[in-house]
Amino acid sequence: MPEARSAAPPAASRAGPAGSPLARSVLSVLAIAALLLAPFLVDALLGRAWVRVLDLVMLYTMLALGLNIVVGFAGLLDLGYIAFFAVGAYLYALCASPHFGLHLPFWLLLPAAALVAGLFGMLLGAPTLKLRGDYLAIVTLGFGEIIRIFLNNLNAPVNLTNGPQGITLIRPIEVAGVSMAKMHSIGPVSFPSLYNYYYLFLVLTLLVIFVSARLQHSRVGRAWVAIREDELAASASGVNTRNLKLLAFAMGASFGGIAGSLYASFQGFVSPESFGLMESIMVLCMVVLGGMGNIRGVVLGAALLVTLPEALRYIGPLQRSLFGQVHVEPSDLRLLLFGVALVLVMRWRPAGLWPSAVRRREFVAARAAAGDMPGGPGISTDGKPSP
Amino acid sequence: MTAPETLLSVQGISKAFGGVQALSGVSISVARGSVYGLIGPNGAGKTTLFNVITGLIAPDAGCCTLDGRRLTGEPVHRVVQMGIARTFQNIRLFHQMSALENVMVGMHARSRTGALGAILRTRTVREEEARLEADAHALLERVGVEAHANDPAGSLPYGLQRRLEIARALASRPNMVALDEPAAGMNASETASLRELIVGLRDGGTTVLLIEHDVRLVMGLCDRVAVLDHGQLIAEGVPAQVQADPAVIEAYLGAPAAEPGARAAGRPH
Amino acid sequence: MLGSIYALVALGYTMVYGILGLINFAHGEVVMIGSMIAISVVVTIGTGSGLPGPVVVLAGVGIAIPACMLLGALLERVAYRPLRDAPRLTALITAIGMSIVLQNLAMIVWGRQYISFPPLLPSEPHAVLGATVTGTQVIIVMLTLALMGALLLLIHRTRLGRAMRATSQSPALAGLMGVDVNRIILFTFMIGSALAAVAGVMIAGYYGQAHYHMGFMLGLKAFTAAVLGGIGNVSGAMLGGLALGVIESLGAGYIGALTGGFLGSHYQDVFAFAVLILVLVFRPSGLLGERVAERA
Repeated sequence: MPEARSAAPPAASRAGPAGSPLARSVLSVLAIAALLLAPFLVDALLGRAWVRVLDLVMLYTMLALGLNIVVGFAGLLDLGYIAFFAVGAYLYALCASPHFGLHLPFWLLLPAAALVAGLFGMLLGAPTLKLRGDYLAIVTLGFGEIIRIFLNNLNAPVNLTNGPQGITLIRPIEVAGVSMAKMHSIGPVSFPSLYNYYYLFLVLTLLVIFVSARLQHSRVGRAWVAIREDELAASASGVNTRNLKLLAFAMGASFGGIAGSLYASFQGFVSPESFGLMESIMVLCMVVLGGMGNIRGVVLGAALLVTLPEALRYIGPLQRSLFGQVHVEPSDLRLLLFGVALVLVMRWRPAGLWPSAVRRREFVAARAAAGDMPGGPGISTDGKPSP
Repeated sequence: MTAPETLLSVQGISKAFGGVQALSGVSISVARGSVYGLIGPNGAGKTTLFNVITGLIAPDAGCCTLDGRRLTGEPVHRVVQMGIARTFQNIRLFHQMSALENVMVGMHARSRTGALGAILRTRTVREEEARLEADAHALLERVGVEAHANDPAGSLPYGLQRRLEIARALASRPNMVALDEPAAGMNASETASLRELIVGLRDGGTTVLLIEHDVRLVMGLCDRVAVLDHGQLIAEGVPAQVQADPAVIEAYLGAPAAEPGARAAGRPH
Repeated sequence: MLGSIYALVALGYTMVYGILGLINFAHGEVVMIGSMIAISVVVTIGTGSGLPGPVVVLAGVGIAIPACMLLGALLERVAYRPLRDAPRLTALITAIGMSIVLQNLAMIVWGRQYISFPPLLPSEPHAVLGATVTGTQVIIVMLTLALMGALLLLIHRTRLGRAMRATSQSPALAGLMGVDVNRIILFTFMIGSALAAVAGVMIAGYYGQAHYHMGFMLGLKAFTAAVLGGIGNVSGAMLGGLALGVIESLGAGYIGALTGGFLGSHYQDVFAFAVLILVLVFRPSGLLGERVAERA
């Protein structure tokens, strides 16, 4: 969040790395304007369906940033992350729908979703603390599946989750008496439901980005990365690895919970099939594809992976115009091309599309240092090669 | 060095891995403000003893105390909080973090900021962060890595990585720092500046526990030396005394004493 | 029964993991494709040809095996080999990507519906020691045992097996000793895929149908079996597969009684995962495995 930092003191004292302060602030203003006008532009250029895609991009950005804390920062490969999305979604669904006749307000449910999901994160994280790498991945995958299976089956003997049918008629979010689901107008400008959700999601996404960035550049973030790099050395440097891993699980899960509760009200219904392993993998791909540990990369990854399948819908019309008929249903091709894209990106850009600067340098350095072993060219204290 | 007061006390440590007795009943005591050397042939149990002291390995018997407080049984990060920091025989830096960040991680035990503080970035947090950064720069300066403060640790040349790891250990402001073969792979001039660094540490009041193969370095630097062989303490005392001990000469010093200072070149790792 | 199928698939996971340290997520899809190919063959030559059922099924197996071996080799060569030195997460994501690709290719080729296996195999029940078994079940178990025996012989008694074991200990060292590591890894994938093909046919025969989506859950459970037995350990995978099959059917049968009717048999899938988690948390080395050394 460079904007936030430069907003506090007048940025003149420190010359920004990119151009003059004026150029920077002009860029910031442009960026803010673009974000504010985005739904209008997208609607006009691409159609209403794409405003919905835009909303989903925000939602998945929050989700991916949550997973980024666990996987990208702390290096804990979590394949069951979608479970926390599910917890947030079901919490909202159960407390704001006719299913139990509860209609608790949004401002209460949002923090509650974060809290409960965070609690789940610690609960599921605790048994995995001693596991690493692939084992951790498989256990979290198991937890994710178990939660989904329970959601699917807890309709009997007591109907908690309404089973595979899921929960419908979830109340839309109301902020200060303004329902997100209705059309509102300010003067001549009208705001349909998808626009309202866009602005709400935008605010929360920026908040999540802000929190992520603050955590990353702090004592906590450094300790997470240290654990990712070398857990033993981290503990030998005084890092309480157990607590910090739990904290990573909890923080990541709470982001997921927030996104989940928003998703529930946005869709109006939830069902267990939205929370399968495939969804976990999708979120993981957003994190890895974009550039693990780099917030901008993760945002890019989320944006790409949400829009890509939508854009691939155009394959149908494209085939018709090229070959005169539809050979392969576009819906069949979408995931296939998605899989191909994953494999290709990993092949050619193993550090992700937008890796963090250090990571990029590291990849270069690793290649150069292949033969640099102890006893190699010595470097004396002043950094010059010694005889 | 008047009236040596014990800082670290190691009492009757035994440890077996499978059928191999890595340590049997080892006891040493390290005086505050001294440089204490731990030598012995490969596989003698030196690193195992280090791991026991720093909490990485639980001993089968015996215990360690620092300033009278029991270390054994405490988790690794608590041992650091209590005042012992260490380096590793095969350097273990955080490769993708900058040199500066590596040192700042080393300050974890003596800083406070939690998640909430990090998010809100209150005045106290900002002040703490600025203080840590300044301290880290000072430490990098001291070990001669300041020019590379922003480079990823993994990209530094070997000698600087060793120094950076020492800086990271010092970052917790330990009462005692345990260095596992700090001179391994260093050339003569690097070893000389390492020696200066260790002398500087001792003069600054930090106790140094040292595993080292470079006999000349150990004998010239250490106030006392302990010799391990096959997991047993076979000699302990001031360097001259240890050097003259027939058991030591037989077990270990025999070959290296003939050509002092020469390091076994192709020592396997 | 189910256990022997799990065991066969688990072998593929465990061999690849043993050598590359890679969870080959696409392995379940290889099983699925083996199953699909076999069914296609059986349907094509089985209808109206008048050949006896077992012969037709054998033909299906005979074609599915080389097809899957080719697929396995292709997977290794195209997707995994270029990433041999990349971070583990990169390889894992690639494996997931390949799994998605194969699944959707199969969907495009064979469609979204269940396709059914013609009832060519003996299915009349026999009573053996008070339990009811069908001929198909007997065949499955016998065949599994035979294949496992053959695999153990291959690994412990042949040059190729010795090279495989050497490579799984240390690829670099094995390479220095003159083992063609790339070839060995390729072989490992092909053997695993051949076993997967057999398992695929068995599943088709057992359930009487196949579906483009079936590889995923099956792969997960087989992986569980591999972990249960101690991943990287071939005998462990066999044992783990059999154990998981037993646990699952027993668990599904008794869960109602255990929880007073609160949880029903539709929680069957939970068992695989619960077992997996318990094993990993309390005995990460699995039943037969050695403790996985910390990677420094």
